[in-house]
Amino acid sequence: MMENTSMRSSLGKVRGLGSARKGVSHWWLQRLTAMGLIPLVIYMVISLVFTMGGDYIKSVAWLQSPINATVMLLLLGAGFYHATLGAQVIIEDYFSNENRRLLALVVVKLTMTGLAALSLFSVLSVALVQG
Amino acid sequence: MKRIGETIMAKQRPLSPHLMIYKPQLTTMMSIMHRITGGALATGSLLVVWWVVALASGAEYYAFVQYIISHWMGQLVIFGFSVAVFYHLSNGIRHLLWDFGYNLSIQGVHRSGYVVLAMTLVLTALTWASVWMN
Repeated sequence: MMENTSMRSSLGKVRGLGSARKGVSHWWLQRLTAMGLIPLVIYMVISLVFTMGGDYIKSVAWLQSPINATVMLLLLGAGFYHATLGAQVIIEDYFSNENRRLLALVVVKLTMTGLAALSLFSVLSVALVQG
Repeated sequence: MKRIGETIMAKQRPLSPHLMIYKPQLTTMMSIMHRITGGALATGSLLVVWWVVALASGAEYYAFVQYIISHWMGQLVIFGFSVAVFYHLSNGIRHLLWDFGYNLSIQGVHRSGYVVLAMTLVLTALTWASVWMN
């Protein structure tokens, strides 16, 4: 048997546990998206209440401005990324069975990706086609 | 083959005292509320997706969505969603401040906790007052 000279256990290595120089990326991206979402959410709420007011014509016109469309794309992108990272933490906390945990992670990550794609495409189709 | 840990340990291992024996406190309740509102927002993102899909689908479908949402139950869901947004936003800023090293004393944790609750209330009230006045 080979001597283990690193600080990591063989079991930890084979299961992909612990830091492999990017252990902090989940934590960091959660914070990065959070910081980005602060102005985006505030801008969105103000626009919804004061500019769009639930009106179809006004909402479409709002989305056709380049700035607003960009805000919406960033909001959806950062929002879904942030939500997926958060959901991952919750799943990893509460699913002790490894198979079920993996299944839940796959289902949630794929669903979130699908919802993100659908909403981003919808925004682009409003912003580009009629603009 | 099952691992030893699963067959023997899983059933006989004693459990430490669980959540229910602890007195509810501002810190613990606000912590779990952050997770609950986060989960609610992830689920509620379906509403946002529905909204942009409706915008992309045309005026007729948009009117149908609006008809459903204008029901008091739809309004209640949107109101709940807005509360979750403002709580998670405010408490998220509190979390970021902790990451930067602020408010880490017991006093700071409590003080910022009350600020978050007040901010949630004020932002929700301001938003819905504006909606009704517009």
